[in-house]
Amino acid sequence: MTYEPGDRVRVLPSAKPGHVRTPGYLKGKSGWVEALIGEFPNPEELAYGHSGLPERPLYKVGFLQADLWDDYEGPAEDYLYADVYEHWLEPFEGGST
Amino acid sequence: MSDHSHEEAGSGRTTSPYAARIRAIEALLLEKGVLTEPEVQDSISYMEARSPANGAKLVARAWMDEDFEELLLSDAKSAASQLGMKPEHPAEFVVVKNTPEVHNLIVCTLCSCYPRAVLGRPPDWYKSFAYRSRAVREPRAVMREFGFEPPEGVEVIVHDSTADVRYMVLPMRPTGTEGMDEEELAELVTRDSLVGVNVP
Repeated sequence: MTYEPGDRVRVLPSAKPGHVRTPGYLKGKSGWVEALIGEFPNPEELAYGHSGLPERPLYKVGFLQADLWDDYEGPAEDYLYADVYEHWLEPFEGGST
Repeated sequence: MSDHSHEEAGSGRTTSPYAARIRAIEALLLEKGVLTEPEVQDSISYMEARSPANGAKLVARAWMDEDFEELLLSDAKSAASQLGMKPEHPAEFVVVKNTPEVHNLIVCTLCSCYPRAVLGRPPDWYKSFAYRSRAVREPRAVMREFGFEPPEGVEVIVHDSTADVRYMVLPMRPTGTEGMDEEELAELVTRDSLVGVNVP
Protein backbone atom coordinates (compact mmCIF):
# COMPACT_ATOMS: atom_id res chain seq x y z
CA MET A 1 0.00 0.00 0.00
CA THR A 2 1.43 3.32 -1.04
CA TYR A 3 -0.60 5.68 1.12
CA GLU A 4 -1.26 6.01 4.83
CA PRO A 5 -4.18 7.79 6.50
CA GLY A 6 -3.41 11.51 6.66
CA ASP A 7 -1.25 11.55 3.50
CA ARG A 8 -1.95 14.44 1.14
CA VAL A 9 -2.82 13.23 -2.34
CA ARG A 10 -3.93 14.63 -5.66
CA VAL A 11 -6.30 12.95 -8.10
CA LEU A 12 -4.61 12.54 -11.47
CA PRO A 13 -6.01 14.91 -14.08
CA SER A 14 -5.93 12.11 -16.68
CA ALA A 15 -8.69 11.99 -19.24
CA LYS A 16 -8.75 8.21 -19.40
CA PRO A 17 -11.35 6.87 -21.83
CA GLY A 18 -13.87 4.19 -20.94
CA HIS A 19 -15.56 3.10 -17.74
CA VAL A 20 -13.71 4.83 -14.91
CA ARG A 21 -14.81 5.17 -11.30
CA THR A 22 -13.22 8.57 -10.71
CA PRO A 23 -15.66 11.41 -11.34
CA GLY A 24 -14.51 14.34 -13.47
CA TYR A 25 -15.04 16.98 -10.80
CA LEU A 26 -12.26 15.42 -8.67
CA LYS A 27 -9.61 15.30 -11.38
CA GLY A 28 -6.64 17.46 -10.49
CA LYS A 29 -8.03 18.16 -6.99
CA SER A 30 -6.10 17.54 -3.79
CA GLY A 31 -7.27 16.01 -0.55
CA TRP A 32 -6.23 13.61 2.17
CA VAL A 33 -6.31 9.84 2.57
CA GLU A 34 -8.85 9.04 5.26
CA ALA A 35 -8.50 5.24 5.18
CA LEU A 36 -7.71 2.23 3.09
CA ILE A 37 -11.06 0.60 2.27
CA GLY A 38 -9.60 -2.61 0.90
CA GLU A 39 -8.44 -4.21 -2.32
CA PHE A 40 -10.84 -4.96 -5.15
CA PRO A 41 -10.68 -6.15 -8.74
CA ASN A 42 -10.14 -3.11 -10.95
CA PRO A 43 -13.62 -2.02 -12.12
CA GLU A 44 -12.13 -0.35 -15.19
CA GLU A 45 -11.06 -3.81 -16.38
CA LEU A 46 -14.11 -5.71 -15.08
CA ALA A 47 -16.35 -3.44 -17.18
CA TYR A 48 -14.82 -4.90 -20.34
CA GLY A 49 -14.99 -8.55 -19.35
CA HIS A 50 -11.45 -8.86 -17.99
CA SER A 51 -10.55 -10.36 -14.63
CA GLY A 52 -9.70 -7.03 -12.99
CA LEU A 53 -6.70 -8.73 -11.39
CA PRO A 54 -4.44 -7.97 -9.65
CA GLU A 55 -6.74 -6.31 -7.13
CA ARG A 56 -6.16 -2.60 -6.61
CA PRO A 57 -6.12 -0.70 -3.31
CA LEU A 58 -9.16 1.55 -2.86
CA TYR A 59 -8.94 4.56 -0.54
CA LYS A 60 -11.51 6.76 1.10
CA VAL A 61 -10.24 10.23 0.18
CA GLY A 62 -11.45 13.48 1.75
CA PHE A 63 -11.69 16.83 -0.06
CA LEU A 64 -12.63 20.23 1.35
CA GLN A 65 -15.65 21.49 -0.57
CA ALA A 66 -13.95 24.89 -0.82
CA ASP A 67 -11.11 23.17 -2.72
CA LEU A 68 -13.55 21.59 -5.18
CA TRP A 69 -15.75 24.59 -5.97
CA ASP A 70 -14.66 28.23 -6.07
CA ASP A 71 -18.10 29.47 -5.07
CA TYR A 72 -19.11 26.80 -2.55
CA GLU A 73 -22.06 28.15 -0.57
CA GLY A 74 -21.51 26.36 2.76
CA PRO A 75 -19.04 26.77 5.61
CA ALA A 76 -15.32 26.21 4.96
CA GLU A 77 -15.42 23.08 7.14
CA ASP A 78 -17.76 21.12 4.83
CA TYR A 79 -16.09 18.27 3.04
CA LEU A 80 -16.68 15.37 0.71
CA TYR A 81 -15.49 11.79 0.68
CA ALA A 82 -15.05 9.78 -2.48
CA ASP A 83 -13.63 6.30 -2.96
CA VAL A 84 -10.62 6.50 -5.26
CA TYR A 85 -8.39 3.74 -6.59
CA GLU A 86 -4.67 4.01 -5.95
CA HIS A 87 -3.78 4.26 -9.63
CA TRP A 88 -5.76 7.52 -9.78
CA LEU A 89 -3.71 9.15 -6.99
CA GLU A 90 -0.34 10.82 -6.71
CA PRO A 91 1.43 12.25 -3.66
CA PHE A 92 0.78 15.94 -3.16
CA GLU A 93 3.18 18.23 -1.31
CA GLY A 94 1.31 21.53 -1.44
CA GLY A 95 -1.09 22.95 1.09
CA SER A 96 -4.79 23.15 0.54
CA THR A 97 -5.81 22.95 -3.17
CA MET B 1 -36.73 16.45 -8.98
CA SER B 2 -39.37 13.87 -8.14
CA ASP B 3 -41.01 14.24 -11.53
CA HIS B 4 -37.88 13.05 -13.27
CA SER B 5 -38.92 10.25 -15.58
CA HIS B 6 -36.70 7.26 -15.95
CA GLU B 7 -36.91 4.26 -18.25
CA GLU B 8 -36.85 1.88 -15.31
CA ALA B 9 -39.88 3.50 -13.74
CA GLY B 10 -42.06 2.46 -16.64
CA SER B 11 -40.63 -0.99 -17.25
CA GLY B 12 -42.76 -2.60 -14.53
CA ARG B 13 -45.92 -2.36 -16.64
CA THR B 14 -46.96 -5.86 -17.50
CA THR B 15 -47.85 -4.78 -21.04
CA SER B 16 -44.44 -3.31 -21.83
CA PRO B 17 -42.25 -5.02 -24.44
CA TYR B 18 -39.58 -5.40 -21.76
CA ALA B 19 -41.93 -7.34 -19.48
CA ALA B 20 -43.01 -9.54 -22.39
CA ARG B 21 -39.40 -10.24 -23.28
CA ILE B 22 -38.52 -11.11 -19.66
CA ARG B 23 -41.50 -13.47 -19.43
CA ALA B 24 -40.37 -15.20 -22.61
CA ILE B 25 -36.81 -15.56 -21.31
CA GLU B 26 -38.11 -16.85 -17.98
CA ALA B 27 -40.29 -19.44 -19.75
CA LEU B 28 -37.33 -20.63 -21.82
CA LEU B 29 -35.03 -20.88 -18.79
CA LEU B 30 -37.65 -22.97 -16.99
CA GLU B 31 -38.31 -25.15 -20.03
CA LYS B 32 -34.62 -25.87 -20.50
CA GLY B 33 -34.16 -26.61 -16.81
CA VAL B 34 -31.67 -23.78 -16.19
CA LEU B 35 -33.96 -22.48 -13.45
CA THR B 36 -36.70 -24.11 -11.38
CA GLU B 37 -39.99 -22.49 -10.31
CA PRO B 38 -38.99 -22.47 -6.61
CA GLU B 39 -35.73 -20.68 -7.52
CA VAL B 40 -37.66 -18.00 -9.38
CA GLN B 41 -40.07 -17.61 -6.44
CA ASP B 42 -37.19 -17.41 -3.94
CA SER B 43 -35.57 -14.75 -6.03
CA ILE B 44 -38.79 -12.71 -6.21
CA SER B 45 -39.27 -12.99 -2.43
CA TYR B 46 -35.69 -11.88 -1.87
CA MET B 47 -36.09 -8.84 -4.12
CA GLU B 48 -39.40 -7.88 -2.52
CA ALA B 49 -37.93 -8.22 0.98
CA ARG B 50 -35.42 -5.46 0.26
CA SER B 51 -36.91 -2.13 1.24
CA PRO B 52 -36.27 1.02 3.25
CA ALA B 53 -38.06 -0.76 6.12
CA ASN B 54 -34.84 -2.77 6.54
CA GLY B 55 -32.85 0.40 7.00
CA ALA B 56 -35.43 1.67 9.49
CA LYS B 57 -35.09 -1.55 11.52
CA LEU B 58 -31.31 -1.22 11.63
CA VAL B 59 -31.57 2.40 12.74
CA ALA B 60 -34.21 1.75 15.41
CA ARG B 61 -32.19 -1.13 16.86
CA ALA B 62 -29.06 1.04 16.92
CA TRP B 63 -30.99 3.76 18.78
CA MET B 64 -32.08 1.21 21.39
CA ASP B 65 -28.86 -0.78 21.74
CA GLU B 66 -25.37 0.76 21.91
CA ASP B 67 -23.59 -2.52 21.18
CA PHE B 68 -25.68 -2.94 18.06
CA GLU B 69 -24.87 0.61 16.99
CA GLU B 70 -21.19 -0.14 17.37
CA LEU B 71 -21.54 -3.24 15.20
CA LEU B 72 -23.61 -1.35 12.61
CA LEU B 73 -20.91 1.31 12.28
CA SER B 74 -17.97 -1.11 12.20
CA ASP B 75 -19.46 -4.05 10.26
CA ALA B 76 -22.81 -3.16 8.76
CA LYS B 77 -23.17 -6.45 6.88
CA SER B 78 -22.95 -8.45 10.11
CA ALA B 79 -25.42 -6.11 11.77
CA ALA B 80 -27.88 -6.55 8.88
CA SER B 81 -27.45 -10.34 8.93
CA GLN B 82 -28.15 -10.32 12.67
CA LEU B 83 -31.60 -8.84 11.93
CA GLY B 84 -32.32 -11.51 9.33
CA MET B 85 -31.41 -9.49 6.24
CA LYS B 86 -29.25 -10.82 3.44
CA PRO B 87 -26.69 -8.16 2.56
CA GLU B 88 -24.89 -10.59 0.26
CA HIS B 89 -24.15 -8.15 -2.52
CA PRO B 90 -20.42 -8.21 -3.22
CA ALA B 91 -20.11 -4.48 -2.55
CA GLU B 92 -19.11 -3.27 0.90
CA PHE B 93 -21.91 -1.85 3.04
CA VAL B 94 -20.97 1.06 5.30
CA VAL B 95 -23.17 3.05 7.67
CA VAL B 96 -22.18 6.61 8.59
CA LYS B 97 -23.48 8.33 11.71
CA ASN B 98 -25.05 11.76 12.06
CA THR B 99 -24.07 13.58 15.25
CA PRO B 100 -24.81 17.02 16.70
CA GLU B 101 -21.63 18.16 14.87
CA VAL B 102 -21.88 16.31 11.55
CA HIS B 103 -24.58 15.60 8.97
CA ASN B 104 -24.00 13.02 6.22
CA LEU B 105 -25.43 12.96 2.70
CA ILE B 106 -25.10 10.08 0.21
CA VAL B 107 -24.90 10.37 -3.57
CA CYS B 108 -23.52 8.44 -6.51
CA THR B 109 -22.44 11.00 -9.08
CA LEU B 110 -21.36 8.38 -11.62
CA CYS B 111 -24.54 6.29 -11.73
CA SER B 112 -26.93 5.10 -9.02
CA CYS B 113 -24.91 3.07 -6.49
CA TYR B 114 -27.15 2.47 -3.49
CA PRO B 115 -27.28 -0.24 -0.80
CA ARG B 116 -29.85 -2.20 -2.84
CA ALA B 117 -29.11 -5.50 -1.08
CA VAL B 118 -30.64 -3.97 2.06
CA LEU B 119 -32.85 -1.06 0.93
CA GLY B 120 -34.04 -2.25 -2.49
CA ARG B 121 -34.20 0.07 -5.46
CA PRO B 122 -33.24 3.71 -5.03
CA PRO B 123 -35.91 6.39 -5.54
CA ASP B 124 -36.04 7.86 -9.05
CA TRP B 125 -34.76 11.24 -7.90
CA TYR B 126 -31.60 9.57 -6.56
CA LYS B 127 -30.78 8.54 -10.14
CA SER B 128 -31.62 11.92 -11.68
CA PHE B 129 -28.87 14.08 -13.18
CA ALA B 130 -30.14 16.96 -11.06
CA TYR B 131 -29.59 15.16 -7.75
CA ARG B 132 -26.33 13.54 -8.80
CA SER B 133 -24.74 16.78 -9.93
CA ARG B 134 -26.16 19.08 -7.27
CA ALA B 135 -25.62 16.89 -4.19
CA VAL B 136 -21.86 17.31 -4.45
CA ARG B 137 -21.98 20.90 -5.70
CA GLU B 138 -24.56 22.45 -3.35
CA PRO B 139 -25.61 19.81 -0.80
CA ARG B 140 -27.14 22.37 1.55
CA ALA B 141 -29.41 23.79 -1.14
CA VAL B 142 -30.54 20.26 -2.06
CA MET B 143 -31.37 19.46 1.57
CA ARG B 144 -33.30 22.71 1.91
CA GLU B 145 -35.45 21.64 -1.04
CA PHE B 146 -36.20 18.38 0.78
CA GLY B 147 -37.23 20.46 3.78
CA PHE B 148 -34.15 20.14 5.95
CA GLU B 149 -31.65 22.78 7.01
CA PRO B 150 -28.72 21.59 9.16
CA PRO B 151 -28.54 23.68 12.34
CA GLU B 152 -25.87 26.38 12.64
CA GLY B 153 -22.40 24.94 13.22
CA VAL B 154 -23.12 21.50 11.77
CA GLU B 155 -20.64 20.28 9.15
CA VAL B 156 -22.03 18.62 6.07
CA ILE B 157 -20.13 15.60 4.73
CA VAL B 158 -21.05 14.30 1.29
CA HIS B 159 -20.20 10.68 0.47
CA ASP B 160 -19.87 10.06 -3.25
CA SER B 161 -20.13 6.28 -3.67
CA THR B 162 -17.82 6.15 -6.64
CA ALA B 163 -16.59 2.56 -6.37
CA ASP B 164 -17.12 -0.56 -4.28
CA VAL B 165 -18.83 0.78 -1.16
CA ARG B 166 -22.57 1.41 -0.63
CA TYR B 167 -23.46 3.90 2.07
CA MET B 168 -26.41 4.43 4.40
CA VAL B 169 -26.90 7.16 6.99
CA LEU B 170 -27.62 6.47 10.66
CA PRO B 171 -29.71 9.54 11.57
CA MET B 172 -29.88 10.96 15.07
CA ARG B 173 -32.73 9.82 17.30
CA PRO B 174 -35.27 12.64 17.44
CA THR B 175 -35.85 14.29 20.79
CA GLY B 176 -39.09 13.43 22.55
CA THR B 177 -38.94 9.75 21.55
CA GLU B 178 -37.64 8.42 24.87
CA GLY B 179 -40.79 6.46 25.64
CA MET B 180 -41.07 4.78 22.23
CA ASP B 181 -40.35 1.12 21.58
CA GLU B 182 -38.26 -0.17 18.69
CA GLU B 183 -41.20 -0.64 16.35
CA GLU B 184 -42.49 2.88 16.92
CA LEU B 185 -39.00 4.28 16.40
CA ALA B 186 -38.61 2.40 13.10
CA GLU B 187 -41.76 4.08 11.81
CA LEU B 188 -40.06 7.46 12.18
CA VAL B 189 -37.18 6.51 9.89
CA THR B 190 -37.87 7.53 6.30
CA ARG B 191 -36.01 6.48 3.19
CA ASP B 192 -34.96 10.10 2.66
CA SER B 193 -33.33 10.16 6.10
CA LEU B 194 -31.30 7.03 5.20
CA VAL B 195 -29.86 8.94 2.22
CA GLY B 196 -29.40 12.06 4.35
CA VAL B 197 -31.51 14.54 2.37
CA ASN B 198 -33.71 14.84 5.43
CA VAL B 199 -33.91 13.75 9.07
CA PRO B 200 -36.56 11.72 10.96
